[in-house]
Amino acid sequence: MELALFIITALVTVGAAVAMVLSHNAVHSALWLVLNFFGVAILYLLLNAPFLAMVQITVYAGAIMVLFLFVIMLLGSEKGQEEVNGLPWQTPVALVLAVVLVSIAGYAVFVSPTPALATQSGAAGTSTLTIGAPDEVARSLFTTYLLPFEITSVLLLVALIGAVVLTLKSREGDRA
Amino acid sequence: MDFWIRLITQVIVAFILFLATTTAFAYLTLFERRLLARLQNRVGPNRAGPGGMFQPLADAVKLFFKEEITPTQADKVVYTIAPALAMIPAIVLFAVIPFGAYLDLSFLLGEAARIVPLQLADINVGVLFLLAVTSIGVYGVALGGWSSNNKYSMLGGIRAAAQMVSYELALGLSVLVAIMLTITPTTQAAADASLCSQIFGATPVESISALSTCRIVESQGGWWNIFKPTGLLAFGIFWLASTAEVVRAPFDLVEAEQELVGGFNTEYSSMKFALFFMAEYIKLIAISAIGVTLFLGGWRGPGVDLLYSLGYTNLGGLVSLGYFLLKLIAFLFFSVWVRATLPRFKYNQLMDLGWKRLLPMSLGLVAATAVFAVITQDMNPYIAGLFGAFRR
Repeated sequence: MELALFIITALVTVGAAVAMVLSHNAVHSALWLVLNFFGVAILYLLLNAPFLAMVQITVYAGAIMVLFLFVIMLLGSEKGQEEVNGLPWQTPVALVLAVVLVSIAGYAVFVSPTPALATQSGAAGTSTLTIGAPDEVARSLFTTYLLPFEITSVLLLVALIGAVVLTLKSREGDRA
Repeated sequence: MDFWIRLITQVIVAFILFLATTTAFAYLTLFERRLLARLQNRVGPNRAGPGGMFQPLADAVKLFFKEEITPTQADKVVYTIAPALAMIPAIVLFAVIPFGAYLDLSFLLGEAARIVPLQLADINVGVLFLLAVTSIGVYGVALGGWSSNNKYSMLGGIRAAAQMVSYELALGLSVLVAIMLTITPTTQAAADASLCSQIFGATPVESISALSTCRIVESQGGWWNIFKPTGLLAFGIFWLASTAEVVRAPFDLVEAEQELVGGFNTEYSSMKFALFFMAEYIKLIAISAIGVTLFLGGWRGPGVDLLYSLGYTNLGGLVSLGYFLLKLIAFLFFSVWVRATLPRFKYNQLMDLGWKRLLPMSLGLVAATAVFAVITQDMNPYIAGLFGAFRR
Protein backbone atom coordinates (compact mmCIF):
# COMPACT_ATOMS: atom_id res chain seq x y z
CA MET A 1 0.00 0.00 0.00
CA GLU A 2 2.69 2.43 1.04
CA LEU A 3 4.84 1.32 -1.87
CA ALA A 4 2.03 1.89 -4.36
CA LEU A 5 1.43 5.36 -2.94
CA PHE A 6 5.15 6.08 -3.13
CA ILE A 7 5.40 5.01 -6.77
CA ILE A 8 2.41 7.10 -7.83
CA THR A 9 3.63 10.15 -5.93
CA ALA A 10 7.18 9.78 -7.20
CA LEU A 11 5.98 9.50 -10.80
CA VAL A 12 3.80 12.59 -10.45
CA THR A 13 6.61 14.52 -8.77
CA VAL A 14 9.22 13.68 -11.36
CA GLY A 15 6.74 14.17 -14.20
CA ALA A 16 5.83 17.61 -12.87
CA ALA A 17 9.50 18.54 -12.60
CA VAL A 18 10.16 17.51 -16.20
CA ALA A 19 7.06 19.31 -17.41
CA MET A 20 8.18 22.42 -15.56
CA VAL A 21 11.48 22.48 -17.44
CA LEU A 22 9.92 21.71 -20.83
CA SER A 23 6.96 24.11 -20.58
CA HIS A 24 7.27 27.23 -22.75
CA ASN A 25 4.86 29.35 -20.75
CA ALA A 26 6.29 30.74 -17.50
CA VAL A 27 2.94 30.51 -15.69
CA HIS A 28 2.55 26.86 -16.70
CA SER A 29 6.09 26.19 -15.46
CA ALA A 30 5.20 27.75 -12.14
CA LEU A 31 2.10 25.59 -11.86
CA TRP A 32 4.05 22.42 -12.61
CA LEU A 33 6.48 23.42 -9.91
CA VAL A 34 3.59 23.79 -7.45
CA LEU A 35 2.45 20.26 -8.33
CA ASN A 36 6.03 19.11 -7.77
CA PHE A 37 6.03 20.70 -4.30
CA PHE A 38 2.83 18.85 -3.48
CA GLY A 39 4.41 15.57 -4.52
CA VAL A 40 7.40 16.26 -2.32
CA ALA A 41 5.08 17.11 0.58
CA ILE A 42 3.31 13.78 0.20
CA LEU A 43 6.70 12.03 0.16
CA TYR A 44 7.48 13.75 3.48
CA LEU A 45 4.18 12.43 4.84
CA LEU A 46 5.15 8.92 3.77
CA LEU A 47 8.42 9.39 5.68
CA ASN A 48 6.50 10.20 8.89
CA ALA A 49 7.31 13.89 8.79
CA PRO A 50 3.90 15.62 8.84
CA PHE A 51 5.32 18.89 10.17
CA LEU A 52 7.75 19.19 7.29
CA ALA A 53 5.03 18.28 4.79
CA MET A 54 2.69 21.02 6.00
CA VAL A 55 5.44 23.62 6.14
CA GLN A 56 6.50 22.62 2.63
CA ILE A 57 3.01 23.37 1.35
CA THR A 58 2.52 26.57 3.36
CA VAL A 59 5.89 28.11 2.59
CA TYR A 60 6.77 26.87 -0.87
CA ALA A 61 3.42 26.28 -2.55
CA GLY A 62 1.49 28.86 -0.54
CA ALA A 63 3.88 31.80 -0.28
CA ILE A 64 6.98 31.56 -2.46
CA MET A 65 5.25 30.29 -5.58
CA VAL A 66 2.45 32.82 -5.15
CA LEU A 67 5.09 35.55 -5.18
CA PHE A 68 6.71 33.98 -8.26
CA LEU A 69 3.37 33.93 -10.00
CA PHE A 70 2.74 37.51 -8.89
CA VAL A 71 5.99 38.68 -10.45
CA ILE A 72 5.44 36.73 -13.67
CA MET A 73 1.92 38.10 -14.01
CA LEU A 74 2.98 41.64 -13.16
CA LEU A 75 5.81 41.68 -15.72
CA GLY A 76 3.64 40.01 -18.35
CA SER A 77 6.65 37.88 -19.25
CA GLU A 78 4.82 34.58 -19.35
CA LYS A 79 5.12 34.11 -23.11
CA GLY A 80 8.57 32.73 -23.86
CA GLN A 81 10.74 34.47 -26.44
CA GLU A 82 12.16 32.76 -29.51
CA GLU A 83 14.70 30.27 -28.32
CA VAL A 84 18.18 31.72 -28.54
CA ASN A 85 20.83 29.72 -26.75
CA GLY A 86 22.90 32.46 -25.12
CA LEU A 87 25.27 30.03 -23.46
CA PRO A 88 26.33 27.49 -26.14
CA TRP A 89 29.12 25.99 -23.98
CA GLN A 90 26.61 25.24 -21.24
CA THR A 91 24.90 22.27 -22.91
CA PRO A 92 27.84 19.79 -22.92
CA VAL A 93 28.88 20.80 -19.38
CA ALA A 94 25.35 20.30 -18.14
CA LEU A 95 25.18 16.90 -19.80
CA VAL A 96 28.43 15.76 -18.18
CA LEU A 97 27.33 17.01 -14.76
CA ALA A 98 23.95 15.31 -15.15
CA VAL A 99 25.63 11.98 -15.94
CA VAL A 100 27.88 12.41 -12.87
CA LEU A 101 24.89 13.16 -10.66
CA VAL A 102 22.91 10.19 -11.91
CA SER A 103 25.85 7.82 -11.44
CA ILE A 104 26.52 9.05 -7.89
CA ALA A 105 22.84 8.72 -7.01
CA GLY A 106 22.77 5.27 -8.60
CA TYR A 107 25.84 4.25 -6.62
CA ALA A 108 24.32 5.51 -3.38
CA VAL A 109 21.06 3.67 -3.97
CA PHE A 110 22.16 0.39 -5.53
CA VAL A 111 25.77 -0.28 -4.53
CA SER A 112 26.71 1.27 -1.20
CA PRO A 113 25.21 -0.42 1.87
CA THR A 114 22.29 1.57 3.25
CA PRO A 115 22.34 2.11 6.99
CA ALA A 116 19.26 0.73 8.70
CA LEU A 117 17.60 4.00 9.67
CA ALA A 118 14.90 2.46 11.80
CA THR A 119 17.24 0.64 14.15
CA GLN A 120 19.55 3.64 14.44
CA SER A 121 16.88 6.04 15.58
CA GLY A 122 15.32 3.33 17.70
CA ALA A 123 18.59 3.01 19.57
CA ALA A 124 18.69 6.78 20.11
CA GLY A 125 15.54 6.54 22.22
CA THR A 126 12.89 8.03 19.95
CA SER A 127 10.62 5.85 17.91
CA THR A 128 10.49 6.46 14.17
CA LEU A 129 6.78 7.09 14.45
CA THR A 130 7.14 10.37 16.31
CA ILE A 131 10.47 11.55 14.95
CA GLY A 132 8.92 14.02 12.53
CA ALA A 133 6.08 15.10 14.82
CA PRO A 134 5.88 18.84 15.51
CA ASP A 135 6.80 18.47 19.18
CA GLU A 136 9.92 16.48 18.37
CA VAL A 137 11.00 18.95 15.71
CA ALA A 138 10.49 21.86 18.13
CA ARG A 139 12.37 20.11 20.91
CA SER A 140 15.45 19.42 18.83
CA LEU A 141 15.36 22.86 17.18
CA PHE A 142 15.25 24.67 20.51
CA THR A 143 17.70 22.47 22.40
CA THR A 144 20.28 20.58 20.34
CA TYR A 145 20.27 22.86 17.31
CA LEU A 146 19.51 26.18 19.01
CA LEU A 147 22.63 27.98 17.77
CA PRO A 148 22.24 27.10 14.06
CA PHE A 149 18.54 27.94 14.37
CA GLU A 150 19.25 31.38 15.83
CA ILE A 151 22.02 32.06 13.32
CA THR A 152 19.65 31.23 10.47
CA SER A 153 17.03 33.58 11.87
CA VAL A 154 19.58 36.40 12.19
CA LEU A 155 20.69 35.76 8.62
CA LEU A 156 17.09 36.01 7.42
CA LEU A 157 16.59 39.21 9.40
CA VAL A 158 19.69 40.71 7.79
CA ALA A 159 18.36 39.83 4.34
CA LEU A 160 15.00 41.35 5.24
CA ILE A 161 16.52 44.61 6.43
CA GLY A 162 18.77 44.64 3.37
CA ALA A 163 15.76 44.40 1.08
CA VAL A 164 14.02 47.25 2.88
CA VAL A 165 17.12 49.45 2.74
CA LEU A 166 17.55 48.80 -1.00
CA THR A 167 13.97 49.82 -1.83
CA LEU A 168 14.25 52.94 0.35
CA LYS A 169 17.37 54.08 -1.52
CA SER A 170 15.80 53.74 -4.93
CA ARG A 171 12.76 55.69 -3.77
CA GLU A 172 14.92 58.60 -2.59
CA GLY A 173 16.55 58.56 -6.02
CA ASP A 174 13.12 58.94 -7.62
CA ARG A 175 12.36 62.05 -5.62
CA ALA A 176 15.67 63.78 -6.33
CA MET B 1 -10.28 -5.88 5.78
CA ASP B 2 -10.35 -3.47 8.67
CA PHE B 3 -8.53 -0.97 6.49
CA TRP B 4 -11.20 -1.13 3.78
CA ILE B 5 -14.05 -0.72 6.26
CA ARG B 6 -12.36 2.38 7.67
CA LEU B 7 -11.73 3.71 4.18
CA ILE B 8 -15.36 3.25 3.14
CA THR B 9 -16.66 4.84 6.35
CA GLN B 10 -14.38 7.83 5.89
CA VAL B 11 -15.49 8.24 2.28
CA ILE B 12 -19.14 8.17 3.31
CA VAL B 13 -18.56 10.69 6.10
CA ALA B 14 -16.59 12.91 3.72
CA PHE B 15 -19.45 12.77 1.23
CA ILE B 16 -21.99 13.74 3.89
CA LEU B 17 -19.72 16.60 4.91
CA PHE B 18 -19.43 17.72 1.30
CA LEU B 19 -23.21 17.78 0.85
CA ALA B 20 -23.67 19.60 4.15
CA THR B 21 -21.13 22.25 3.15
CA THR B 22 -22.68 22.92 -0.24
CA THR B 23 -26.14 23.13 1.32
CA ALA B 24 -24.78 25.49 3.94
CA PHE B 25 -23.34 27.58 1.11
CA ALA B 26 -26.71 27.76 -0.64
CA TYR B 27 -28.47 28.95 2.48
CA LEU B 28 -25.66 31.28 3.46
CA THR B 29 -26.28 33.23 0.24
CA LEU B 30 -29.97 33.51 1.16
CA PHE B 31 -29.06 34.41 4.76
CA GLU B 32 -26.70 37.10 3.54
CA ARG B 33 -29.16 38.57 1.04
CA ARG B 34 -32.05 38.66 3.48
CA LEU B 35 -29.91 40.04 6.28
CA LEU B 36 -28.25 42.67 4.09
CA ALA B 37 -31.71 43.69 2.97
CA ARG B 38 -32.93 44.02 6.57
CA LEU B 39 -29.85 46.03 7.51
CA GLN B 40 -30.55 48.36 4.60
CA ASN B 41 -34.24 48.59 5.49
CA ARG B 42 -35.36 46.51 2.49
CA VAL B 43 -37.18 43.19 2.31
CA GLY B 44 -34.86 41.04 0.20
CA PRO B 45 -35.71 37.96 -1.91
CA ASN B 46 -38.88 36.49 -0.37
CA ARG B 47 -40.90 35.29 -3.38
CA ALA B 48 -39.48 31.82 -4.14
CA GLY B 49 -41.11 29.55 -1.59
CA PRO B 50 -42.05 30.47 1.99
CA GLY B 51 -39.83 33.36 3.08
CA GLY B 52 -37.66 32.88 0.02
CA MET B 53 -36.54 29.40 1.08
CA PHE B 54 -36.26 28.19 -2.54
CA GLN B 55 -34.30 31.19 -3.75
CA PRO B 56 -30.92 29.31 -3.76
CA LEU B 57 -32.54 26.62 -5.90
CA ALA B 58 -33.82 29.21 -8.36
CA ASP B 59 -30.36 30.79 -8.51
CA ALA B 60 -28.77 27.41 -9.20
CA VAL B 61 -31.18 26.69 -12.06
CA LYS B 62 -30.50 30.13 -13.53
CA LEU B 63 -26.73 29.61 -13.40
CA PHE B 64 -26.96 26.12 -14.92
CA PHE B 65 -28.78 27.38 -18.00
CA LYS B 66 -26.58 30.41 -18.65
CA GLU B 67 -24.38 30.36 -21.71
CA GLU B 68 -20.85 29.32 -20.98
CA ILE B 69 -18.31 31.59 -22.62
CA THR B 70 -14.57 31.07 -22.94
CA PRO B 71 -12.65 34.06 -24.31
CA THR B 72 -10.82 33.12 -27.54
CA GLN B 73 -7.53 34.50 -26.28
CA ALA B 74 -7.82 32.81 -22.89
CA ASP B 75 -5.39 30.16 -21.71
CA LYS B 76 -7.96 27.36 -22.09
CA VAL B 77 -6.53 24.78 -19.68
CA VAL B 78 -5.80 27.17 -16.84
CA TYR B 79 -9.09 28.99 -17.46
CA THR B 80 -10.94 25.71 -17.01
CA ILE B 81 -9.16 24.40 -13.92
CA ALA B 82 -9.02 27.73 -12.06
CA PRO B 83 -12.56 27.47 -10.61
CA ALA B 84 -11.80 23.95 -9.38
CA LEU B 85 -8.53 25.17 -7.86
CA ALA B 86 -10.54 27.76 -5.94
CA MET B 87 -13.16 25.25 -4.82
CA ILE B 88 -11.05 22.31 -3.67
CA PRO B 89 -9.06 24.01 -0.87
CA ALA B 90 -12.25 25.60 0.44
CA ILE B 91 -13.89 22.20 0.91
CA VAL B 92 -10.77 20.39 2.10
CA LEU B 93 -10.54 22.78 5.05
CA PHE B 94 -13.52 21.06 6.69
CA ALA B 95 -11.61 17.79 7.07
CA VAL B 96 -10.10 18.63 10.46
CA ILE B 97 -12.81 20.81 11.98
CA PRO B 98 -14.51 19.30 15.03
CA PHE B 99 -18.24 19.97 14.61
CA GLY B 100 -19.12 18.31 17.88
CA ALA B 101 -17.90 15.74 20.38
CA TYR B 102 -19.16 12.27 19.41
CA LEU B 103 -22.29 10.22 18.92
CA ASP B 104 -23.16 6.65 19.90
CA LEU B 105 -24.66 4.90 16.89
CA SER B 106 -24.24 1.35 18.23
CA PHE B 107 -28.04 0.84 18.27
CA LEU B 108 -28.00 1.42 14.52
CA LEU B 109 -24.70 0.11 13.19
CA GLY B 110 -23.52 -2.35 15.81
CA GLU B 111 -20.67 -2.31 18.30
CA ALA B 112 -18.14 -0.81 15.87
CA ALA B 113 -20.07 2.48 15.93
CA ARG B 114 -19.96 2.89 19.73
CA ILE B 115 -18.09 6.18 19.30
CA VAL B 116 -18.66 8.13 16.09
CA PRO B 117 -16.61 11.33 16.16
CA LEU B 118 -18.23 14.44 14.69
CA GLN B 119 -14.96 15.24 12.97
CA LEU B 120 -13.59 13.68 9.81
CA ALA B 121 -9.97 13.36 10.90
CA ASP B 122 -7.82 14.41 13.82
CA ILE B 123 -4.21 14.81 12.75
CA ASN B 124 -1.37 15.98 14.96
CA VAL B 125 -0.61 18.87 12.61
CA GLY B 126 -4.26 19.92 12.26
CA VAL B 127 -3.78 23.67 12.53
CA LEU B 128 -0.79 23.61 10.19
CA PHE B 129 -2.97 21.71 7.74
CA LEU B 130 -5.56 24.47 7.94
CA LEU B 131 -2.92 27.16 7.32
CA ALA B 132 -1.39 25.21 4.44
CA VAL B 133 -4.73 24.70 2.71
CA THR B 134 -5.75 28.33 3.27
CA SER B 135 -2.49 29.48 1.75
CA ILE B 136 -3.02 27.59 -1.50
CA GLY B 137 -6.55 28.96 -1.85
CA VAL B 138 -5.16 31.98 -3.66
CA TYR B 139 -4.28 30.03 -6.81
CA GLY B 140 -7.84 29.76 -8.08
CA VAL B 141 -8.44 33.50 -7.92
CA ALA B 142 -5.02 34.56 -9.20
CA LEU B 143 -5.03 32.08 -12.10
CA GLY B 144 -8.65 32.79 -12.98
CA GLY B 145 -7.70 36.44 -13.31
CA TRP B 146 -4.57 35.75 -15.33
CA SER B 147 -5.98 33.15 -17.73
CA SER B 148 -8.98 35.27 -18.77
CA ASN B 149 -6.57 37.48 -20.74
CA ASN B 150 -8.42 40.58 -19.61
CA LYS B 151 -6.54 43.40 -17.95
CA TYR B 152 -9.21 44.02 -15.32
CA SER B 153 -9.38 40.35 -14.43
CA MET B 154 -5.62 40.19 -14.18
CA LEU B 155 -5.49 43.24 -11.91
CA GLY B 156 -7.98 41.45 -9.69
CA GLY B 157 -5.84 38.32 -9.70
CA ILE B 158 -2.67 40.24 -8.87
CA ARG B 159 -4.44 42.04 -6.05
CA ALA B 160 -5.61 38.70 -4.70
CA ALA B 161 -2.10 37.25 -4.70
CA ALA B 162 -0.59 40.25 -2.93
CA GLN B 163 -3.39 40.56 -0.41
CA MET B 164 -3.45 36.92 0.63
CA VAL B 165 0.31 36.67 1.01
CA SER B 166 0.30 39.84 3.12
CA TYR B 167 -2.39 38.74 5.55
CA GLU B 168 -1.24 35.15 5.89
CA LEU B 169 1.51 36.22 8.29
CA ALA B 170 -0.80 37.97 10.73
CA LEU B 171 -3.28 35.11 10.40
CA GLY B 172 -0.64 32.49 11.17
CA LEU B 173 0.69 34.41 14.17
CA SER B 174 -2.77 34.95 15.67
CA VAL B 175 -3.46 31.24 15.26
CA LEU B 176 -0.15 30.60 17.02
CA VAL B 177 -1.48 32.42 20.10
CA ALA B 178 -4.42 30.04 20.24
CA ILE B 179 -2.02 27.10 20.01
CA MET B 180 0.14 28.53 22.80
CA LEU B 181 -2.93 28.84 25.01
CA THR B 182 -3.75 25.18 24.48
CA ILE B 183 -3.03 22.87 27.40
CA THR B 184 -2.31 19.27 26.49
CA PRO B 185 -2.02 16.33 28.90
CA THR B 186 1.49 15.80 30.25
CA THR B 187 1.19 12.34 31.79
CA GLN B 188 0.14 9.11 30.13
CA ALA B 189 -2.72 8.66 32.65
CA ALA B 190 -4.11 12.12 31.88
CA ALA B 191 -3.69 11.46 28.16
CA ASP B 192 -5.65 8.20 28.37
CA ALA B 193 -8.44 9.87 30.35
CA SER B 194 -8.70 12.84 27.98
CA LEU B 195 -11.65 13.24 25.67
CA CYS B 196 -9.71 13.20 22.40
CA SER B 197 -8.06 9.91 23.27
CA GLN B 198 -11.51 8.47 24.02
CA ILE B 199 -12.82 9.67 20.67
CA PHE B 200 -9.89 8.88 18.40
CA GLY B 201 -8.20 6.07 20.31
CA ALA B 202 -5.38 6.14 22.84
CA THR B 203 -2.10 7.73 21.83
CA PRO B 204 1.27 7.81 23.58
CA VAL B 205 1.58 11.05 25.50
CA GLU B 206 4.69 12.20 23.61
CA SER B 207 2.89 12.17 20.27
CA ILE B 208 0.08 14.43 21.50
CA SER B 209 0.36 17.80 19.85
CA ALA B 210 -1.30 21.13 20.63
CA LEU B 211 -1.73 21.55 16.87
CA SER B 212 -4.53 18.99 16.84
CA THR B 213 -7.90 20.74 16.51
CA CYS B 214 -9.53 18.23 18.85
CA ARG B 215 -6.98 19.03 21.58
CA ILE B 216 -7.54 22.76 21.11
CA VAL B 217 -11.27 22.37 21.74
CA GLU B 218 -10.63 19.94 24.58
CA SER B 219 -8.40 22.42 26.39
CA GLN B 220 -11.08 25.15 26.21
CA GLY B 221 -13.24 23.30 28.70
CA GLY B 222 -12.54 25.94 31.35
CA TRP B 223 -11.90 29.29 29.72
CA TRP B 224 -12.58 29.66 26.03
CA ASN B 225 -9.56 31.21 24.36
CA ILE B 226 -11.47 34.41 23.63
CA PHE B 227 -11.95 34.99 27.37
CA LYS B 228 -8.21 34.94 27.99
CA PRO B 229 -6.53 38.39 27.78
CA THR B 230 -4.12 37.56 24.95
CA GLY B 231 -6.68 35.30 23.32
CA LEU B 232 -9.15 38.17 22.94
CA LEU B 233 -6.60 40.33 21.12
CA ALA B 234 -5.50 37.40 19.01
CA PHE B 235 -9.13 36.78 18.09
CA GLY B 236 -9.43 40.38 16.89
CA ILE B 237 -6.36 40.01 14.69
CA PHE B 238 -7.55 36.62 13.49
CA TRP B 239 -10.90 38.06 12.51
CA LEU B 240 -9.39 40.95 10.53
CA ALA B 241 -6.77 38.79 8.83
CA SER B 242 -9.22 36.03 7.99
CA THR B 243 -11.68 38.51 6.49
CA ALA B 244 -8.86 39.76 4.28
CA GLU B 245 -7.81 36.20 3.50
CA VAL B 246 -11.26 35.29 2.18
CA VAL B 247 -11.38 38.68 0.36
CA ARG B 248 -14.64 39.79 1.90
CA ALA B 249 -15.84 43.30 2.52
CA PRO B 250 -14.29 45.60 3.65
CA PHE B 251 -11.25 43.95 2.04
CA ASP B 252 -12.87 42.85 -1.25
CA LEU B 253 -10.57 44.79 -3.56
CA VAL B 254 -10.22 41.71 -5.71
CA GLU B 255 -13.70 42.30 -7.07
CA ALA B 256 -14.00 46.05 -6.69
CA GLU B 257 -16.58 46.60 -9.40
CA GLN B 258 -16.08 50.37 -9.67
CA GLU B 259 -12.43 49.93 -10.60
CA LEU B 260 -12.21 46.45 -12.13
CA VAL B 261 -15.56 45.93 -13.92
CA GLY B 262 -16.20 42.71 -12.00
CA GLY B 263 -12.76 41.73 -10.74
CA PHE B 264 -10.98 38.44 -11.33
CA ASN B 265 -14.18 36.67 -12.44
CA THR B 266 -15.28 39.21 -15.09
CA GLU B 267 -14.93 36.76 -17.98
CA TYR B 268 -16.47 33.81 -16.20
CA SER B 269 -20.09 32.79 -16.67
CA SER B 270 -22.46 29.95 -15.91
CA MET B 271 -21.19 27.15 -13.65
CA LYS B 272 -17.58 28.30 -13.71
CA PHE B 273 -18.69 31.58 -12.21
CA ALA B 274 -20.89 29.67 -9.79
CA LEU B 275 -17.89 27.65 -8.64
CA PHE B 276 -15.95 30.82 -7.82
CA PHE B 277 -18.98 32.14 -6.01
CA MET B 278 -19.31 28.89 -4.06
CA ALA B 279 -15.61 28.82 -3.22
CA GLU B 280 -15.83 32.31 -1.78
CA TYR B 281 -18.73 31.50 0.50
CA ILE B 282 -17.51 28.06 1.52
CA LYS B 283 -14.17 29.62 2.43
CA LEU B 284 -16.05 32.12 4.56
CA ILE B 285 -17.89 29.31 6.36
CA ALA B 286 -14.63 27.38 6.77
CA ILE B 287 -12.67 30.29 8.17
CA SER B 288 -15.55 31.09 10.55
CA ALA B 289 -15.57 27.48 11.69
CA ILE B 290 -11.82 27.70 12.27
CA GLY B 291 -12.35 30.85 14.32
CA VAL B 292 -15.03 29.13 16.38
CA THR B 293 -12.74 26.13 16.94
CA LEU B 294 -9.66 28.12 17.89
CA PHE B 295 -11.14 30.93 19.94
CA LEU B 296 -14.82 30.39 20.78
CA GLY B 297 -14.45 26.98 22.35
CA GLY B 298 -15.60 24.92 19.36
CA TRP B 299 -18.54 22.74 20.39
CA ARG B 300 -18.06 23.58 24.08
CA GLY B 301 -21.05 24.99 25.92
CA PRO B 302 -22.86 24.71 29.22
CA GLY B 303 -24.44 21.28 29.72
CA VAL B 304 -22.55 19.22 27.15
CA ASP B 305 -20.18 17.61 29.64
CA LEU B 306 -23.07 17.07 32.06
CA LEU B 307 -25.12 15.22 29.42
CA TYR B 308 -22.16 13.01 28.57
CA SER B 309 -21.43 12.21 32.20
CA LEU B 310 -25.11 11.32 32.75
CA GLY B 311 -24.86 8.85 29.87
CA TYR B 312 -27.02 10.70 27.33
CA THR B 313 -24.32 10.36 24.67
CA ASN B 314 -26.41 11.12 21.61
CA LEU B 315 -28.21 14.04 23.23
CA GLY B 316 -24.84 15.42 24.33
CA GLY B 317 -23.44 14.99 20.84
CA LEU B 318 -26.38 16.78 19.25
CA VAL B 319 -26.25 19.60 21.81
CA SER B 320 -22.52 20.01 21.15
CA LEU B 321 -23.20 20.16 17.41
CA GLY B 322 -25.93 22.71 18.13
CA TYR B 323 -23.54 24.90 20.11
CA PHE B 324 -21.02 24.75 17.29
CA LEU B 325 -23.59 25.75 14.67
CA LEU B 326 -24.94 28.51 16.90
CA LYS B 327 -21.48 30.03 17.26
CA LEU B 328 -20.86 29.60 13.55
CA ILE B 329 -24.08 31.43 12.68
CA ALA B 330 -23.20 34.22 15.12
CA PHE B 331 -19.81 34.53 13.42
CA LEU B 332 -21.41 34.64 9.96
CA PHE B 333 -24.02 37.15 11.14
CA PHE B 334 -21.21 39.42 12.30
CA SER B 335 -19.49 39.07 8.95
CA VAL B 336 -22.62 40.09 7.02
CA TRP B 337 -23.22 42.93 9.45
CA VAL B 338 -19.72 44.27 8.82
CA ARG B 339 -20.22 43.98 5.07
CA ALA B 340 -23.38 46.06 5.33
CA THR B 341 -21.67 48.67 7.50
CA LEU B 342 -18.11 49.36 6.38
CA PRO B 343 -16.96 50.86 3.06
CA ARG B 344 -14.15 49.21 1.11
CA PHE B 345 -10.54 49.99 2.00
CA LYS B 346 -8.14 51.67 -0.40
CA TYR B 347 -5.29 49.46 -1.57
CA ASN B 348 -2.54 51.35 0.27
CA GLN B 349 -4.64 51.29 3.46
CA LEU B 350 -5.03 47.55 3.06
CA MET B 351 -1.27 47.02 2.78
CA ASP B 352 -0.58 49.45 5.66
CA LEU B 353 -2.99 47.63 7.92
CA GLY B 354 -1.53 44.23 7.10
CA TRP B 355 2.18 44.95 7.23
CA LYS B 356 2.56 47.96 9.54
CA ARG B 357 -0.19 47.31 12.07
CA LEU B 358 -1.37 43.70 12.24
CA LEU B 359 2.02 42.03 11.72
CA PRO B 360 3.90 43.89 14.51
CA MET B 361 0.87 43.61 16.79
CA SER B 362 0.59 39.87 16.32
CA LEU B 363 4.35 39.38 16.77
CA GLY B 364 4.17 41.31 20.04
CA LEU B 365 1.15 39.30 21.08
CA VAL B 366 2.96 36.00 20.53
CA ALA B 367 5.85 37.24 22.68
CA ALA B 368 3.45 38.49 25.37
CA THR B 369 1.60 35.17 25.43
CA ALA B 370 4.87 33.32 26.00
CA VAL B 371 5.94 35.69 28.79
CA PHE B 372 2.57 35.51 30.55
CA ALA B 373 2.55 31.74 30.32
CA VAL B 374 5.96 31.51 32.00
CA ILE B 375 5.16 34.11 34.69
CA THR B 376 1.88 32.53 35.70
CA GLN B 377 2.92 28.89 35.49
CA ASP B 378 3.42 28.49 39.25
CA MET B 379 0.43 30.56 40.31
CA ASN B 380 -3.05 29.43 41.19
CA PRO B 381 -4.20 27.05 38.42
CA TYR B 382 -7.24 29.26 37.89
CA ILE B 383 -4.99 32.19 36.92
CA ALA B 384 -2.52 29.99 35.07
CA GLY B 385 -5.39 28.67 32.98
CA LEU B 386 -6.14 32.22 31.90
CA PHE B 387 -2.74 32.72 30.39
CA GLY B 388 -2.11 29.34 28.84
CA ALA B 389 0.20 26.61 29.94
CA PHE B 390 3.93 26.34 30.04
CA ARG B 391 5.05 22.79 29.52
CA ARG B 392 8.44 21.48 30.45
